Amino acid sequence: MEERIKNAFQKALEVEDKEIKLTDQFRDYEEWDSLGQLSLIAILDEDFGVEIESDDFNEIITVGDLLKAVQKRS
Amino acid sequence: MAYLTYKNVGIKGLAAAVPANVIHNYDYAAYFKPEDVKDVVDKIGVKERRFADASTCASDLCFAAAERLISDMAIDRTEIDLLIMVSQTGDFKMPATSVILQDRLGLSKKTMAFDINLACSGFVYSLSVVYALMQQNGLRKALLVDGETRSKIYSPKDRKAAFLFGDGGVAALIERDEKFGNSYFSLNSDGSRESLIKINAGGYRNPSSAETRREKVVDEYGNIRSEEHGYMNGADVFTFLIREIPKDIKELLQFANTRMEAFDYYLFHQANSFMNNHLIKKLNLPFEKVPFSIEKFGNTSSVSIPLTIVSQLNKEFNTPKKLLLSAFGAGLSWATGIVTLDNCHISPLVEI
Repeated sequence: MEERIKNAFQKALEVEDKEIKLTDQFRDYEEWDSLGQLSLIAILDEDFGVEIESDDFNEIITVGDLLKAVQKRS
Repeated sequence: MAYLTYKNVGIKGLAAAVPANVIHNYDYAAYFKPEDVKDVVDKIGVKERRFADASTCASDLCFAAAERLISDMAIDRTEIDLLIMVSQTGDFKMPATSVILQDRLGLSKKTMAFDINLACSGFVYSLSVVYALMQQNGLRKALLVDGETRSKIYSPKDRKAAFLFGDGGVAALIERDEKFGNSYFSLNSDGSRESLIKINAGGYRNPSSAETRREKVVDEYGNIRSEEHGYMNGADVFTFLIREIPKDIKELLQFANTRMEAFDYYLFHQANSFMNNHLIKKLNLPFEKVPFSIEKFGNTSSVSIPLTIVSQLNKEFNTPKKLLLSAFGAGLSWATGIVTLDNCHISPLVEI
């Protein structure tokens, strides 16, 4: 699951070679923007069957937080 | 639980008008770097849009579409007993734009006319209202017009909205006829999400002032708009849509006792290509049965579904076709419809 979440970020932000760490605060990524967020929402829905309400998503700071949130919902 | 069934009423003819002024989105780069423009345009899939000039209103586009429809179908104006206009960009705050159009279109003073103020869900919602009223024998013909000049309400300096919206107007003639059979609608609302797509000031809650008209940087990306420009929280809208829209469609299919495979075409509000593609994949729909007009006209709010029919399916309605309609937007407000088009006249697209 951890690798899949990291891959989800790489795919959403179109940065296949970027190293993604669980401690990363993903909003600080140079590539993070509203388009990338749309892609991430689509991937979470399509590949993980998970929808995260916006209020909950706003509480998610790191890649590891997202992993936990997805694990909790899937 | 607003599930509705109507018998023997349907759209007999449809026309659309767009401004002749074409905006080429890849070149719409006055405020952004060309590479950023390309990223946005590729994602949302809007290559071109039409912008009305300063003196053209939504009602002018509706008027042009209605005149073309009346002329092409040789409609007797004296038989139009109902005129409804859907728009959030009307001519004035008062009176209702539909009433002004009653006179401009040369309709009788006995015409029942009123406006419906809804965003992207507006056409499907209003079609249901017209179908309901047309159950009354006292109404012979109904004209539903729907127009938007969304180009006038969004900031060209706000990347989240600057490349998305376009202008257009449509007119639909609706009559009773046994050939139409049953139509079904599901109509919904969630005002707890009113802030997701909104113009915050310029109404009576936050009246227009120098401050509300002042442009300012609104986020970390440097997007600029005033409180009187529209804004949209795309991510939150998307999260909501991918949960609610498939659910609403499935529930209406169940109510209508039909199946997802039973349709000739699936017509979605043209929100943006990325969202629409995701919805279509999620619903396992065949892409060849899902017409798109977003590439040519952008998101025209409530106009987008009928504009897609006129621009993409204009030769398709000589035999009965079953359509699934799905529209969603500001409110939030969303609607699903199941309708049949049979020998529906589609006028060629009008440019003004």
